[in-house]
Amino acid sequence: MVEIVNRPYEKAFERYARANPEVLCLSADLTSSCEIDKFRDKYPEQFLSLGMAEQNMLSFAGGLGLAGFRPFIHTFGVFLYRRPYDQLMASIAYPRRKVRLMGFLPGITTPGGMTHQAIEDIAVMRSIPNMTILETGDATEVESICEAADSIDGPVYCRVLRGTVPRLFDTPIEVGRMRELSLGDDVLIVTSGITTEEALRAKGALEGAGVSVRHLHLNTIKPFDAEAMLDHIGSVRHGVVTLENHVTEGGIGSLLAEIMADNGVGKKLVRLGLKDTYAHGGSRPYLMKYYGLDATALVDGVGRLLGRDLGIGEEQLAATRVEAVHSKEKAEAL
Amino acid sequence: MAEAALKNTKTTEEVAFGIRARVFEHAMRNNGGYLSQACSAAEQLAWLYNEELNLGAPTLPMIPKPFGGVPSASNPDYHTGAGYNGPAEPEYDRLFIAPAHYALVAYATLIEVGRMAPEGLEMFNKDGSSVEMIGAEHSPGMEVHNGTLGIGFSTAAGLAWGRKRRGEKGRTWVYMSDGEVQEGQTWEAIAAASHHGIDNLYALMDVNRQQCDGAMNSVMEVGDIKEKIEAFGGVAVWVDGHDLDQMRAAVRTPHRGKPLIILANSSPFRGMPYLQLRFPRLHYVRFKSERERADMNREIARSLGIPPIDYGKGH
Repeated sequence: MVEIVNRPYEKAFERYARANPEVLCLSADLTSSCEIDKFRDKYPEQFLSLGMAEQNMLSFAGGLGLAGFRPFIHTFGVFLYRRPYDQLMASIAYPRRKVRLMGFLPGITTPGGMTHQAIEDIAVMRSIPNMTILETGDATEVESICEAADSIDGPVYCRVLRGTVPRLFDTPIEVGRMRELSLGDDVLIVTSGITTEEALRAKGALEGAGVSVRHLHLNTIKPFDAEAMLDHIGSVRHGVVTLENHVTEGGIGSLLAEIMADNGVGKKLVRLGLKDTYAHGGSRPYLMKYYGLDATALVDGVGRLLGRDLGIGEEQLAATRVEAVHSKEKAEAL
Repeated sequence: MAEAALKNTKTTEEVAFGIRARVFEHAMRNNGGYLSQACSAAEQLAWLYNEELNLGAPTLPMIPKPFGGVPSASNPDYHTGAGYNGPAEPEYDRLFIAPAHYALVAYATLIEVGRMAPEGLEMFNKDGSSVEMIGAEHSPGMEVHNGTLGIGFSTAAGLAWGRKRRGEKGRTWVYMSDGEVQEGQTWEAIAAASHHGIDNLYALMDVNRQQCDGAMNSVMEVGDIKEKIEAFGGVAVWVDGHDLDQMRAAVRTPHRGKPLIILANSSPFRGMPYLQLRFPRLHYVRFKSERERADMNREIARSLGIPPIDYGKGH
């Protein structure tokens, strides 16, 4: 049974920020939603409330960076780039300010619907020069995200998981280093964030159906070193399946497509994720099923790649982690 | 000290005159330019650079280097143009030119106060030059990109907060334009600066009531700027933007725990009344004909009290 960690960011940020006085904690009216409310109460001198005013917050953070501070901005991922995109470009990305953009509730991990769901954030951030992109996929990665982000000489956007988070890994994020979770030779599965847990659910069933799986987990999406990935692509017979909590344009599916096309790799690629669609509000398991982001969708994708029905039913997939959508702490789950 | 020698070799009135004359000459020779901004801003920028700002000696060459690439991990030698305002030391003031479209006027000011060579203006808007038309981070006297209007005051607020936290004596100044008050970010920034007690933050706003499309009241009325600033938690004071004594007095306005914004009521024709013929299209004055150019040359030179510019043929 997988260990479930409660609010891993909360303690990790406190520990990191207290050891690094030039780190500042910025919030835009989502302080408890980003698990920094205790930090605000304990260390008000290291905390800046900037209100529901993200345009100012991003430029202001650029100014703090110019003054030699390293602001960690906490809000929902979607609020870090949609409204204040111009400020993100001019005040943070262009001048390479050491601003750490901590984007909570990536993709469909929020029941908040279209306005709250950062489904194209990776595509946006990948196209911004000077930007680094990290994504957390388990509690250990959340616990190490502050240190990883703060090691970047420039701006960094992080997809951060909150609340109850499974522990899948026992080593911290090493920026630029993908995790090799299995090294089979039929199909390469590439996942990041919450979809890694889905791939782990599917793996046993796939192996049972005679598919040898090579599974990679990405926590560093930009910059990306294609060489190691090319070796993995070259090590499987049939091709690549990507599964992402994001639209299939501009995220890790596109990343793999670019690497394969740039290097003339003549293998099939199946890109799973949100297929040119917005999502709507609902629980995470419901949304993952409805939009085809779960283990079942992955099994189907692998079958499509191989051109055969693998005959795997829901009951053969490892148990879904059950979590309360409306916890006591966050009645709205927002 | 070098910076002491740098200051006040001219009177502020002389600097203001020099700004207008230089921008006029440049506009004549290049068949257009940001003339109205020179008219409205000359005394304001002259006052800041020649009197009010505490700046160190320039750290960059008097003749600007060519464009040296944008910031990137692979461009370790990148630097901004802030060195024309002196080093970023704790005791010195910093200045952002928030309306980066005033760059021509700002460059002319640097020349008039001895911080850039006149040759710098010859590089204005030339391919491969750092002396860009819309001031960039790497342009002389610039430290951040402000071409996207309305972001300057926010950045300055963050810098000022950081400097206050570090106990630095130097102030952070923003030269603003009134058009920026149409941007919501300006109001977010004033509220944030007030909420966080950022009182080492100063702005001088050129209220010339002009924007790209024309007169501001025809584009979008902004109402009483002073009243609005104060409602958002700032301290604002009106001055005549061409009256140096009023600016000298205004900067002493008490503003404990709040940013101070000096609203400089100005005329976009000041010193060049002939420009009124171009109203309301004053943002960038490009001459429509050789006849208009010759008329402008003769009439503006006459009001400035200088000989007409010999701009030769062509262009």
